[in-house]
Amino acid sequence: MMRFLVRRIAHSILILLGVAFITYALLYLLPADPVQQIAGRNATPDMLASIRHQLGLDEPFWLQYVHYLIKLLHGDLGHSYVQRTDVSLLLFSRLGPSLQLMVCGIACEIVIGLTLGMLSALKRGTPLDRFLMMFSFVGVSAPQFIAAMLMLYVFAIKLGWLPIGGYGGISHLVLPALTLGVLGSGWYSRMMRSSMLEVLHQDFIRTARAKGLTRWRVVFRHVLPNAVMPIIPMIGMDIGYFMGGLVVVESVFGWPGVGQLTWQAIQQVDTPVIVGMTTLSAIAILLGNLVADLVVPFIDPRINLSHH
Amino acid sequence: MKKHLLTQTLIAAAVLYASAVSADTAKPGGNIVVSYQNDLTTLDPAIGYDWQNWSVIKSLFDRLLDYKPGTTELVPSLADSYTVSPDGKVYTFKLRHGVLFQNGREMKASDVKYSLERTVNPKTQSPGSGFFSAIDGYQAVTDGKTTALAGIKVVDDYTVQFTLSHPDATFLQVLALNFASVVPKEAVEQAGNDFGHHPLGSGAYSLVSWQLGHELVFRKNPHYFQKGLPYLDGMKFEIGQDPSVALLRLERGEVDIAGDGVPPAQYLQFRADPKYKGLLVVGAQLETSYITLKTTMPPLDNVKVRQAINMAVNKDHIIRLINGRAKPANQILPPGMAAYDASFKGYPYDVPGAKKLLAQAGYPNGFDTELYVMNTDPQPRIAQAIQQDLAQIGVRVQLKSLDQSNIIAAGGTRDKAPMIWSGGMGWLADFPDPSDFYGPILSCSSATPGGWNWSLYCNKTLDAAATSADGMVKDDQRAARAAAWTKIYSQAMADAPWVPVLNEARITVRSPRMGGADALYVDPVHYPVNYSAIWVK
Repeated sequence: MMRFLVRRIAHSILILLGVAFITYALLYLLPADPVQQIAGRNATPDMLASIRHQLGLDEPFWLQYVHYLIKLLHGDLGHSYVQRTDVSLLLFSRLGPSLQLMVCGIACEIVIGLTLGMLSALKRGTPLDRFLMMFSFVGVSAPQFIAAMLMLYVFAIKLGWLPIGGYGGISHLVLPALTLGVLGSGWYSRMMRSSMLEVLHQDFIRTARAKGLTRWRVVFRHVLPNAVMPIIPMIGMDIGYFMGGLVVVESVFGWPGVGQLTWQAIQQVDTPVIVGMTTLSAIAILLGNLVADLVVPFIDPRINLSHH
Repeated sequence: MKKHLLTQTLIAAAVLYASAVSADTAKPGGNIVVSYQNDLTTLDPAIGYDWQNWSVIKSLFDRLLDYKPGTTELVPSLADSYTVSPDGKVYTFKLRHGVLFQNGREMKASDVKYSLERTVNPKTQSPGSGFFSAIDGYQAVTDGKTTALAGIKVVDDYTVQFTLSHPDATFLQVLALNFASVVPKEAVEQAGNDFGHHPLGSGAYSLVSWQLGHELVFRKNPHYFQKGLPYLDGMKFEIGQDPSVALLRLERGEVDIAGDGVPPAQYLQFRADPKYKGLLVVGAQLETSYITLKTTMPPLDNVKVRQAINMAVNKDHIIRLINGRAKPANQILPPGMAAYDASFKGYPYDVPGAKKLLAQAGYPNGFDTELYVMNTDPQPRIAQAIQQDLAQIGVRVQLKSLDQSNIIAAGGTRDKAPMIWSGGMGWLADFPDPSDFYGPILSCSSATPGGWNWSLYCNKTLDAAATSADGMVKDDQRAARAAAWTKIYSQAMADAPWVPVLNEARITVRSPRMGGADALYVDPVHYPVNYSAIWVK
């Protein structure tokens, strides 16, 4: 267990360095010049050179990267070119709303996905099964932007049940969380369906049925706990996909989270914020996966991490 | 010319007067909601330099001088009065007594000195530093040799004196720029490096709270030195709203000012809809969008070729492409600017004439060239229209669609970007003075890498004329100075470094409960909206 943990953390750090490097290199190669943006349109070449020097942008690439890493180790994500404040301050001020949306969104995904997947598996081959699988397919492949606009249009503008975007109480949370939930539930329902089908054909299920247990008791006590197993590591992986969705959904609904910040930073080519956000996402994904891996053996004693 | 200006001023005054005495007289009270899609970048007056934060900063801070709401008329603000020395190099300002910062401390002359030195200090990285280059000792500060501007002297608590290295008629306008806002040192230091999110000034409003990406709440400053202002008790800026959603919320009464205006695609429908009649305010802003012709690159180094291109662009067609959200331009200055010449005819749209001129220049079969354009809608579409126009005279144009910083970089390079369509980053005046369309974009000194003179136009005779025009600092020289500038721009147009294409309109949408003249919602200086002067019915 301990060895597994150490190895995984070491892997995570390597991956993190890689992610930071690739992002940094890509943005470095981007021809956009932040100095021009900072200095304004009346800048003289002298002023441009002075600002370039202050930002350390006149140093060679590898030195800039090393400086970035050293600062990163001290928890310093750099300084925004556009908002002229610490990137960590910008990111952390937005973390709360994003976490809120993330927890609710993933909860929606799981509840919707598992329910539909279960129904599909139990009604395998029926029109209901085909309809539900079609639904999940549409959900997975629908562009988030369009879906979010559609939800906004129908439930907020036409029906007027919910506020038109913004942040505040539960009523503001419903639409963005539901949009993310419905779209992402497809992965879970497909996974749940195949996992359920696999478990349904196992010997112990036949035994349980033969004992004369009711159908629902079999499903909830014997099938479900086993079928859910592969879903748990999936949640860990989902976090990454989900962060991508946050960028779009937060922008459409005006949710003041890290996704909206990222979108604005991309539009303004605010490199430090983009790099900081990418690093933060990588940390979230790695942590999510690590936690998912650690949780599995507690739920399923058959899995022992020391034999990994 | 002068008569024309006078008429304009009279009309503007009449409009303001009429709205003031009609049934809806300005009255205090009320709170409003303003919506924006993007969060404000910063409220630090030394840093903020975009259309969204410009007027918000104006309402949080004050400067020695400001503009009469809705007009381009300069009036004293923190200054009580000022005198200019006969040689035009020394400006002495008497400050108002009893102006309080929002932390309760009285504003003194030393605050003026501190604030300008802060803007100029290279550590601040202010995009406005260059405006103050006329002040004595500017170079020493930007070189990092000292932090004190030798040209600013605190005579006593209520007197501050500026010494310039050369007479500069625009200096008063510069002191009305946001970058010259007076800030209290202790508040800047207390905010650490984040004054942009914790601004504190002496202005009409104070910032109560700012939840990043969500909302900003402003409250009326009860101790504001201009008695009776502002009218509103408070303002809430709601962030994150898509512009079309904001319009729907405005319709429902949830939003009072849709800060992002009308999305271009919806504009025609919106304008025709009787529901929105009276809510849409369309105003002229001091802006010109143009095509630059690189005067150093053959065949554009030939003035006849540049003139031919001027005659081949169908400006009315381009304006139809953007649903009429602009007026065609025939000169460098936008209307509304002193020295704008309403009688100037410019180059006519004349395709056969353009062909003839091109043949005279030695290109009867045209030539191949490139047009750079910013890659956001509708700019590429406009560039395509220009491409088709030029094809008519045999000029084969290849389009290069890039982001803003790449275009600026190519614009300042001698052998790149023969033509640039400036749409989306056309020149918006920093201050309402004709020199602002020359120094930064047409003068020899601006023809540098990273600069904005993308024609690399350099006419030493005009540079000398510009310097002499800006040396006319006395009040009785105003008309002569405007005439001098009119002449400079008409001579520049004879050299045709640009094709002036259009003057963009400023569009604001406000709810029916908002009061005040239209001009306050499309203010030429406090753009887009003069928050200190508007009120609720």
